[in-house]
Amino acid sequence: MKFSFSEEQDEFRTALRRFLQAKSPTTEVRKQMQTDQGYDPGIWQQMCEELALASLHIPEECGGAGFGIADLAIACEEMGRALLCSPYFGSVVLAATAIREAGSDDQKRHFLPGFASGETIGALCAVEGRGGWAADSISMSAEKSGDAYQLTGTKSHVVDGMIASLLVVVARKPDGALGMFIVDASDNTVSRKSQNSMDPTRKLSTVSFAKTPAVLLAADNSNEAYERTLDIALACLASEMVGGAERLREDALEYVSMRMQFGRSIASFQVTKHKAADMLLDVELAKSAAYYAAAAIDDGDTDARGVVALAKAGASDAYIQTAVHAVQMHGGIGFTYDNDTHLWFKRAKASEVFLGDANQNRERMLQNWGDNS
Amino acid sequence: MTEITENELRSQVREYLEANWDPNRGLAEWREMLAESGWGMPHWPKDWLGRGLPLGMTAIVDEEFNKFGAVGAAKMGIRVLAAATILEHGTDLQKEKYLKGIMTGTETWCQLFSEPGSGSDLAGAATRADFKDGKWVINGQKVWTTSAHHADYALLLARTDWDAVKHKGLSYFILDMHQPAVQVHQLKQMNGHASFNQVFITDAVVEASMQVGELGEGWKIATTTLMHERRGADSARRYESGTDRPERIYEEERQEIATVMAPYTWYPQRTGRVDLLVERAKAMGVWDDPDIRQDIAKTLTIAKSAEWTARRARAASQAGKPQGPEGSIGKLAASIVARSANLTHTKIAGPNAMLTGDEDEAGGVVAEILVSTPAISIAGGTDEIQRNIISERILKMPKENRTDTDRPFRDVPRNQVG
Ligand SMILES: Cc1cc2nc3c(=O)[nH]c(=O)nc-3n(C[C@H](O)[C@H](O)[C@H](O)COP(=O)(O)OP(=O)(O)OC[C@H]3O[C@@H](n4cnc5c(N)ncnc54)[C@H](O)[C@@H]3O)c2cc1C
Repeated sequence: MKFSFSEEQDEFRTALRRFLQAKSPTTEVRKQMQTDQGYDPGIWQQMCEELALASLHIPEECGGAGFGIADLAIACEEMGRALLCSPYFGSVVLAATAIREAGSDDQKRHFLPGFASGETIGALCAVEGRGGWAADSISMSAEKSGDAYQLTGTKSHVVDGMIASLLVVVARKPDGALGMFIVDASDNTVSRKSQNSMDPTRKLSTVSFAKTPAVLLAADNSNEAYERTLDIALACLASEMVGGAERLREDALEYVSMRMQFGRSIASFQVTKHKAADMLLDVELAKSAAYYAAAAIDDGDTDARGVVALAKAGASDAYIQTAVHAVQMHGGIGFTYDNDTHLWFKRAKASEVFLGDANQNRERMLQNWGDNS
Repeated sequence: MTEITENELRSQVREYLEANWDPNRGLAEWREMLAESGWGMPHWPKDWLGRGLPLGMTAIVDEEFNKFGAVGAAKMGIRVLAAATILEHGTDLQKEKYLKGIMTGTETWCQLFSEPGSGSDLAGAATRADFKDGKWVINGQKVWTTSAHHADYALLLARTDWDAVKHKGLSYFILDMHQPAVQVHQLKQMNGHASFNQVFITDAVVEASMQVGELGEGWKIATTTLMHERRGADSARRYESGTDRPERIYEEERQEIATVMAPYTWYPQRTGRVDLLVERAKAMGVWDDPDIRQDIAKTLTIAKSAEWTARRARAASQAGKPQGPEGSIGKLAASIVARSANLTHTKIAGPNAMLTGDEDEAGGVVAEILVSTPAISIAGGTDEIQRNIISERILKMPKENRTDTDRPFRDVPRNQVG
């Protein structure tokens, strides 16, 4: 459903919002973001056991709930709103999706149940150096020895790479096509180093491989499997971003409503009202695109790839613009570390380029639409 | 004053530097010499450590100093605003006492204007000054005070009359920060620095002679300070960065930058660092990317235009002509430039915009830009306030109806804070 949610989905959202309000207030966010691992394993366990959040888009025969991307996107939106510190995006949205899209039936049945229960934390290793997530900037090649593969090289910007037990690595197969490979993160040829991330609520790392044994996920069309993984991740990221943008918008509105200057509420100045109205417009437009994009994937629309890229491009612009306005509406206090606005500002800044910036996604959209029309 | 040509001025500066500049001298000794000769603050009056040069010509003096690698007077921070205010409204006693320490850098200043309840609405200040036994006794709280944690003196705006309308009940003082009645707490910013502070004032004392201007004239004088602050915030602004040369005076200058100027290390970054765009694009290998080139070009276009607008305003004041609107739009333009530069730096950095500190390929500079530009549209008066000033004072558009200026200040609704 592109323009509305079912009753079950609304209930799911409400329950999740309540859970996150209780478990991820900003005091907790600030606590977790300062730790190395970056999340609270107790809350992660509750998320997985009580709310079955990690199982949403994992097929039933693999221990999952078998829901669609729209449901996964609702979870992401709420987590973005609460700025939850957790391996959800890195493990469930990126790594599990890669296996879901690229694994053989046996591989899926082997690996996905651990993701669904939350016991496995995975990470997707795609980016190399300054390159991005686009397929053409990935050049690491896997060497074949007998039936097995070996990987050598370094990946960066790996979300939750430090805490993952299982890695999905994107590399070139001997035929030059992209493949996705499973690597045991504890293998002694794997070395990891955390990267200093601008957004401390989303931990990044580099992961290096030195003739590391790897298992190829067996998809027939592995190029396409990686693109599909990106599509799903982009749709989820767009949703996460609109969740965060909406929260910023609401908090800024609440602040201006209680602040007085010149003997009156600053919310009574027309400039403030227009800014608030523009913010609503930005966020609602981005939200509509994000909702449409997730549903387009579920509906198997032929233009889904372009639609998803559109949604991420829109979210990139809307989130950072909302964050800039939100700081501004707070005045001096908005520039302090103690005020919470900067936590979302930094998530907005990092998300602006995560999985490709607005320009790159607009290009992805045009290529998809242009080539299919 | 007899007119002096640019060439004459250049040769005078050169002559002075040739005879006196010696990098092995101590910084304090050199700045004393600059105070004596007037070459440190050449636009200050001849009687007060300057040479009475038009403000617009100081850039020429700076250029000659730079050619020599000669260190100038201390010019960074609130000290400049303090000097401008004292020169315009201060008594001889105040000029005598403070101007030298300002230019030699031995004394540091801060600006105690903003309060938790009044920022944009500075005239709503509720810090009180009561006259008791021949002295002013100050009570209240200030906030966002840059440099307060190591300032020796403060420019203070406080209320002396609660029955007057808000703009008439304020007075302006110089506060000695070294008294136990003044408590300073540093505030951490979103970019990790802690250059501004909360200041709690409980029964602090100001000598009667340290009132600036007349009683009840505080707002008018604060406006002078703010005008200098906003004028200095345009795109023609330059920041001192020090050099790595080994001689004694440079070493001492580096120490000054590392201590007294520490609150300002990120100030260049809050402007968006347009100067780095091309260099960063080449370093990141995206110089050939047509989208990024367009973004860089757009940012450079507004940045250059803003800089030339600021220069146009300065040229007008140099020539003694009345300023056109270009004088008032500088601060707002600088803020728009900073936002555009932030977005362009983000695109250039690509995935590396997600990194910070030593992971950032420009040694943390780009990451610092990305989280510092929001300050420029708030500090020294927000963009919204600048737009109000431009529309109401320059464009003469009708003023907002006000309900806070027609009654005694004590009856004006305000934030409940503290
Ligand atoms: C880095 C930095 C350094 C600073 N250094 C100093 C210093 O050294 N000394 C000092 O005294 N202060 C300093 N300040 C404070 C600064 O001057 C104030 O933060 C600023 O004037 C805004 O006031 P405020 O924070 O109270 O925000 P508010 O006045 O509460 O403003 C909140 C929002 O309301 C808007 N608003 C308010 N009034 C109107 C209106 N009439 N029309 C439309 N919109 C309106 C504002 O534009 C803003 O978006 C500093 C601030 C920063 C960020």
